[in-house]
Amino acid sequence: WVCHTPIRLRELIRTIRTARTQAEEREMIQKECAAIRSSFREEDNTYRCRNVAKLLYMHMLGYPAHFGQLECLKLIASQKFTDKRIGYLGAMLLLDERQDVHLLMTNCIKNDLNHSTQYVQGLALCTLGCMGSSEMCRDLAGEVEKLLKTSNSYLRKKAALCAVHVIRKVPELMEMFLPATKNLLSEKNHGVLHTSVVLLTEMCERSPDMLAHFRKLVPQLVRILKNLIMSGYSPEHDVSGISDPFLQVRILRLLRILGKGDDDSSEAMNDILAQVATNTETSKNVGNAILYETVLTIMDIKSESGLRVLAINILGRFLLNNDKNIRYVALTSLLKTVQTDHNAVQRHRSTIVDCLKDLDVSIKRRAMELSFALVNGNNIRGMMKELLYFLDSCDPEFKADCASGVFLAAEKYAPSKRWHIDTIMRVLTTAGSYVRDDSVPNLIQLITNSVEMHAYTVQRLYKALLDDISQQPLVQVASWCIGEYGDLLISGQCEEEEPIQVTEDEVLDVLEGLLVSNLSSPVTRGYSLTAIMKLSTRFSSVNRIKKVVSIYGSSIDVELQQRAVEYNALFKKYDHMRPALLERMPIMEKTASNGPTEIVQTNGEAEPSVVEPKHPPPVGQPASQVKNTVFGLVSRCLSLMAFYLFDLSKTVNFLSIGIPPMTAYNKNGLKIDFTFERANPNPNVAVITIHASNSTEADMTDFVFQAAVPKTFQLQLLSPSSNVVPALNQGTVTQVIRVLNQQKLRMRIKLTYIHKGSAVQDLAEVNNFPPQSWQ
Amino acid sequence: MIKFVLMVNQQGQTRLSRYYESVELSRRAALEADAVRCCLSRKKDQCSFVEFKDFKLVYRQYAALIIVVGVSDGENELSIYELIHNFVEVLDKHFSRVIMFNLDSIHIILDEMIQNGHIVETNKNRILAPLTAINKMAEG
Repeated sequence: WVCHTPIRLRELIRTIRTARTQAEEREMIQKECAAIRSSFREEDNTYRCRNVAKLLYMHMLGYPAHFGQLECLKLIASQKFTDKRIGYLGAMLLLDERQDVHLLMTNCIKNDLNHSTQYVQGLALCTLGCMGSSEMCRDLAGEVEKLLKTSNSYLRKKAALCAVHVIRKVPELMEMFLPATKNLLSEKNHGVLHTSVVLLTEMCERSPDMLAHFRKLVPQLVRILKNLIMSGYSPEHDVSGISDPFLQVRILRLLRILGKGDDDSSEAMNDILAQVATNTETSKNVGNAILYETVLTIMDIKSESGLRVLAINILGRFLLNNDKNIRYVALTSLLKTVQTDHNAVQRHRSTIVDCLKDLDVSIKRRAMELSFALVNGNNIRGMMKELLYFLDSCDPEFKADCASGVFLAAEKYAPSKRWHIDTIMRVLTTAGSYVRDDSVPNLIQLITNSVEMHAYTVQRLYKALLDDISQQPLVQVASWCIGEYGDLLISGQCEEEEPIQVTEDEVLDVLEGLLVSNLSSPVTRGYSLTAIMKLSTRFSSVNRIKKVVSIYGSSIDVELQQRAVEYNALFKKYDHMRPALLERMPIMEKTASNGPTEIVQTNGEAEPSVVEPKHPPPVGQPASQVKNTVFGLVSRCLSLMAFYLFDLSKTVNFLSIGIPPMTAYNKNGLKIDFTFERANPNPNVAVITIHASNSTEADMTDFVFQAAVPKTFQLQLLSPSSNVVPALNQGTVTQVIRVLNQQKLRMRIKLTYIHKGSAVQDLAEVNNFPPQSWQ
Repeated sequence: MIKFVLMVNQQGQTRLSRYYESVELSRRAALEADAVRCCLSRKKDQCSFVEFKDFKLVYRQYAALIIVVGVSDGENELSIYELIHNFVEVLDKHFSRVIMFNLDSIHIILDEMIQNGHIVETNKNRILAPLTAINKMAEG
């Protein structure tokens, strides 16, 4: 029978350190675990402590140690202090309230809370405050409360933190600790003061009543703080020449909570805050930690403006500090206050902008966010220069956010349209691949609405394409522009800069190049094809365009193929509609972030949200993405049109149920009447037939009727009988609208036609639907 | 509040770990590895505060040992930075030579300084008093 003494912890550590591989270490651990297990089985009291200590070390390294849990309990129950120490430590590290074992501790802790040795009491308080369950806390709250009132400062400070835990676990017990808090702040011992402040903070944060109650402590807290600052050197609490900075910070934080939203309290602490702010040594980190906390407090309470300016100036000084920790902290705080104290922060703008060049990633990010917050109408040119420079040189992780920020700021404060377009160009060309997808439709909308800049914009975008076709957002916006304004490009109408000489063929070469390039994404190809198609009404090389479109009718890419087929149909059968369909986009109303939802003016014949029933979304692209882009809008309309054109053979059997007809529009000789039916078989769908008649002496040609309804409705527009409204009421153009509705029907209509050689366009609202049409 | 305290060496091996918020054992290794990797990869001229997951890390290097403290948002980073130094000074005062072999003592010291995620005591003498007393009792 070999008796071997279990090795000490430090020997174990030394041994483990010699392991050269993970496998070797595991082997050593397993061997030792086995030894410990057998030692436990032998119920060896002498070495239990040592064994559990080793177990804790192995646990820390990540190895399972649950078989030691009960042993911890045995140690706690022992009378030896060294045993108890390891036992409680083990309990804190290995146990939590999910284990049944821990309940067994309750009695031990209760006894130890009343132990004759203060260190044992301290252990019990520490452990209870660390992992006590709600039941344990409920059981032992009374003991903790008693210790909170003791004169022993060693125990009092631990009892305070234990109370914090009890309150967290059993909030209803908070009241119980109230009497004990009465004279906590009159303590001289800093440990007690510190933990008392923590306890008070916890109570204030949990209960508005407590908060109101403790406001009366403000004068006392102010006094304590004052003593800390004014007292001379105190060796007990000194840290780099400052007296107990940790306590100062904690008090400042409590003052913040008490002063927030309360005029009287804020006033009572005004002086001391000013004093701390001006008198604290800033040469070392300690002083700065206190100043930081002071600034946060000043900004949160109802301080007078002089104090706030003082606080922001402190932050400004922090920004110039060599210590990057201080700079980081300053930027974080400034970001919090930039909304409320905008002008004060503006004064430090140049320092903040300098931080964009800092090497530290966290500092750069903060500086960028802050810079965007400081941009306004006055400084936009200068700030944008810095931010664009930052965009050029920053890490990829910043580029997307920076680009979005630039677009937003440019939209809000652009000093001129030309500057705006130039800024967008700069972002697209330098950080084009990082620009977010949703920027593309926003930019398109912006460009559309800057009517006088069309020629300039398309020229610049064209030139950019000649340089680089790899950045998809840039290519997409450029394609779209060329499709829209290609005629301006050819005719060399640019006023802002030297117009370039470019032929139709050259432009088509570029667009076709995009179609075949490996660099182009499927979305981009779609943009190019549509652009080419649009140019068929702006350029004269219609044959070339027809050829391109027909080639792609057999493209492998389903999306491209679909578009090409539809465009082919446009050329072949519905050529007379092509000009109207492909005409210039009108100015779009700005709507909420996701692109047009309620469309006021559409360049197609129906509202996009309707289309789904027989029209599957394009393969390889989320339907919503296509839906929400302007391109998607045109595409959908064309698709819808194609669908209905092929479906003309279907005629629907209408059941008339006697809803009276109405005149929806009557102006300049054009009259549009609506007649109603209910569809068969779906009675919830109202079928409206429009009848357009023309009482003037000239025909109205190229007549296009468009309608839009509120989001809650669904609308389908079938094709018209013809697009010429003959003069002198010699005939009518009819067209069928189907509306799915359950509410009061409203509609906006747009009419375009050519009358006596000039183009006419009109918008109207139709509100006078008879109630039977929607009930 | 303080979420955890770690002491690691330059190879990323944990020498001491203490959690004030319950983290499952299986997740600890990964958490420690990530946090340490984050701190070790930073250069000399970068600041000692790192945004990590949904909280912050404050770290400080002393020769071969790196101390990493995880704190919740709203904690004064400069103050914690100072606390780490205080802790090291206490360790320095007590241990004449290599400290890492006396793991249990370090835990005792840490417990005297930080309880439940909050600072309890920062005065070096008061922190070391119980340990001195315990050692006396152990000898006796």
